[in-house]
Amino acid sequence: MHIKKFLKPKNFILCSFLFITACIEDAPLDSLSPAGPYARTIDELFWLTFWIAVVIFFIVQGALLFSVFYFKDSPDKPEPKQIHGNNFLEILWTIIPVIILASIAVPTVRTIFDLAREPEDALKIEVIGHQWWFEYKYPDYGITTANVLVIPEDTPIRLEMWSNDVLHNYWVPKLNGKRYLVPGQKTYLNLHADNAEEFWAQCGEYCGLSHSKMRGRVLSMSESDFDAWVINEQKNADNTLSEGSLAYEGQQVYLNAGCTQCHVIGGVWDVQGERIAPNLTHFGNRNVFAGAALKNNSENLTKWLANPAELKPGTFMPNLELTEREIEALIEYLGTLK
Amino acid sequence: MTKIIEPKKQRNIFSRPSSEEGVWSWITTVDHKRIGIMYGYAAFFFLLVGGLEALLLRIQLSQPDNNFLSAAEYNAMFTMHGTTMIFLAIMPISAAFFNYLLPLQIGARDVAFPRLNALSFWIFIAGGLFLYSTFLFGTAGAPEGGYLAEEVSRLASAPNGGWFGYQPNAGLKYSPGTAMDYWAIGLQILGIASLVSAFNFITTILNMRTKGMRLMRMPVFTWMTFAVSFLLAFSLPIIAIALFFVTFDRQFGTTFFLTEGGGDPVLWQHLFWLFGHPEVYILILPAFGIVSEVLPTFSRKPLFGYPAIVFAGFGIAFIGFGVWAHHMFASAISPVAQAGFGLSTMIIAVPTGVKIFNWLGTIWGGKLTLNTPMLFALGFIGMFVIGGLSGVTHSVVPADTQQTDTYYIVAHFHYVLFGGALFGIFSGLYFWFPKVWGRMYNETMGKIHFWLMIIGFNLTFGPMHWLGLQGQVRRTWVYAEETNLGFWNLIVTIGAFILAIATLVFMANWIYSRRKGEVAPFDPWDARTIEWSIPSPTPVWNFSNAPEVKSLDDFWHQKYGEDEDGRAVRREGTDDLLLQLEEEGLNPKEEIHLPSPSYFPVIMAFGLPFLGYAIIYKSIPLAMIGVIMLLIGGFGWGTEPLEEEFESSEEEPESRESKNYE
Repeated sequence: MHIKKFLKPKNFILCSFLFITACIEDAPLDSLSPAGPYARTIDELFWLTFWIAVVIFFIVQGALLFSVFYFKDSPDKPEPKQIHGNNFLEILWTIIPVIILASIAVPTVRTIFDLAREPEDALKIEVIGHQWWFEYKYPDYGITTANVLVIPEDTPIRLEMWSNDVLHNYWVPKLNGKRYLVPGQKTYLNLHADNAEEFWAQCGEYCGLSHSKMRGRVLSMSESDFDAWVINEQKNADNTLSEGSLAYEGQQVYLNAGCTQCHVIGGVWDVQGERIAPNLTHFGNRNVFAGAALKNNSENLTKWLANPAELKPGTFMPNLELTEREIEALIEYLGTLK
Repeated sequence: MTKIIEPKKQRNIFSRPSSEEGVWSWITTVDHKRIGIMYGYAAFFFLLVGGLEALLLRIQLSQPDNNFLSAAEYNAMFTMHGTTMIFLAIMPISAAFFNYLLPLQIGARDVAFPRLNALSFWIFIAGGLFLYSTFLFGTAGAPEGGYLAEEVSRLASAPNGGWFGYQPNAGLKYSPGTAMDYWAIGLQILGIASLVSAFNFITTILNMRTKGMRLMRMPVFTWMTFAVSFLLAFSLPIIAIALFFVTFDRQFGTTFFLTEGGGDPVLWQHLFWLFGHPEVYILILPAFGIVSEVLPTFSRKPLFGYPAIVFAGFGIAFIGFGVWAHHMFASAISPVAQAGFGLSTMIIAVPTGVKIFNWLGTIWGGKLTLNTPMLFALGFIGMFVIGGLSGVTHSVVPADTQQTDTYYIVAHFHYVLFGGALFGIFSGLYFWFPKVWGRMYNETMGKIHFWLMIIGFNLTFGPMHWLGLQGQVRRTWVYAEETNLGFWNLIVTIGAFILAIATLVFMANWIYSRRKGEVAPFDPWDARTIEWSIPSPTPVWNFSNAPEVKSLDDFWHQKYGEDEDGRAVRREGTDDLLLQLEEEGLNPKEEIHLPSPSYFPVIMAFGLPFLGYAIIYKSIPLAMIGVIMLLIGGFGWGTEPLEEEFESSEEEPESRESKNYE
């Protein structure tokens, strides 16, 4: 019986916490491994609060467990004193929490305003939420891309965000907290990555059937790599494929099967105005597709093109009833879109 | 039970039902105890349903990229799990306690409006059935223009926009079909039930207290009922309006929340949480009340700082209306609003802390009996503290922008609403079991239930903190293997099944003890408040004579005085007093007239779902049925005789009214 009580799971959380930290693995969406100044500020604030909470946790649970063991009924115990309250104590345990909270409140308020401020010389990028993928536009460079956000390392980024349909929530845990994408109004979020690295992004707000598959990647790269990337992205796709090649056949599928209804490939099928699906001009350069839910390889593409709704329920991409040969050709063509 | 009064045989068209046994006696009852018991069983049924839905969710999440449920099914399950647990399980279980105990704790014979009480119960049943009829009749599907690989199953034909129904996702364009209409109208109906009972309880507490039961002598549970009733009265109109807007948007093409018509989706968030946060306190304050009764009883000490606990409860209820935007820190609100709501969220921790410290003060220096209700009450404190502390980390806005919409939040509010509210409710179920059934529950099984529960609970919700911080987002049907979240998700699923086993133990104990449990004495716990001064199970008339209350914890003070050290001393003659109380309680000296049963509340209540179906299917005949039922119910209610004519020889009818509730 006594062992059972020692197991009293008030302490369970803490034990499991120690246990967890022992077998922690690299989690790409970990909010506790900041990789930039914004996330780091938040992280510091979290740990400050956490340790204060731990101290209070031990005091309260300690008092609780002590009472349970020490004041437990036993046959020879006299009746307890009938204490109705104690004004001094009650005022004390009203005031002490106020002081503790005030000490958290000051850095909290300061950080709120720090995080909201627009950084100087920031690179502006627009993030547009769609069911179920993120679109990125670089107004300074005239680039439109999807799923993978490419940023220069050690540079402040200012995201201007809105949604094309329902609420979404943009989250790159290692770079900053979350911010909603709202239809009809703009919200802002700052990012800043210390080093060249690949990060994961995820939509935080429930946004319908494939919410769980609305993911993203953020690729931070060195200044020179980024410049090269920009120059490449500004180019149109190669429209001079040799007739008879598999890639050419794929291009014909793209042009004739219905893909152009929704997808733009610069230099091949340019249209003015918004398109509801990702711009494919540099599809081959992106390591993920379909809302970053799938790795960009021919196996995944085959499954995807055969029946998109199978992999992403609710998707707006129809099953075009492509033949195996057409799919093969299309994949070959997409691979050339570097 | 000597004086059963037979109604006359002749009855007019609006005569009142008279059966005292059988199904009809329950359907037409206006007895607060029977209504309380029915509330309890119905809510427990929905608790099991909500639990099953949770198990399905957990099986799906037990491994990465799982395919046990389809996305559509998963979304419907988490929506129904949340909606069920909040509106159909925890709220009505609290209502069961309010109904059964409130009149007993203030020494009344029934609530102020017994038929209204029956109405609110039957509206709850009607609303619950209406909401769940979506599994039979509802339709759901991909957003306009989207594709699904498979047909939508019946399981997925339930509301799927989340219990919070964020717009525009829950609007017609993105959630086509009728399922979300069932949700909006179902909640609307359930809201009426809660509003009706809120006003009933407020009136009862203000007007029906027995002699000497001054406000500051009321048991804390009664105080918390009072606070919750005000919360309901002020918060439900907000959600009612918001739900009307949603229904208008979906049914009649308005654009309250749709950008394309100049509406604002963020407005829905404000309205929803302006209701939704007080709702959290609606769920937790009853448990605060229960624990505040259980701890002093089994510590054999008075509640430490009774006024502080009462005022802290009202402080929480009041500040609870000023913190709603902390559900929206990542949404489109300004830094100034973030700072303001962050601070108000910190402030609400202060009265909550006062309560916890006062509970610790109550058990400190006591003589603790560690039986099942006490274990659950102690477990409540331990688990609620964890939920409270993780709550403080949410008030730190920048940290919350990392945690919001992750499993960290799921962990937090389950520690508050499961470890808090539900542990408190289990404590109360065991504590008042002897009073309600006249039998004792099985202590061994009770303890097994507690230990399984607390282990399973922490195994289920403890690792969720970690999962959330590691990036597992809420409401996700699948998570990628590369996120390395699989192991702890499996542990969580195992924990969930331990909770299921614990619940089976509880049910076995309940069923066994109801029939075969030891016969309970009327004061098995040597308790403090006046509901323990009457026989167990509670006689249908509650108190034979209206009790007179001379102090807080009146029953205790009848039994115990204090010696010069301030220690409790049992008064001489207490045994005789108890014998006398039991004798009196079972044999009222005079005839007692109780409110007569009525058909009309149930007729009115079941008119509402027809109106709901009429809106969804735009059907005039269904609307007519609904309106006619409401009219018959209302008209019959208004014109039926206040009481059935009794063949009573002993007293004049005029004197009854004043006799009932002295």
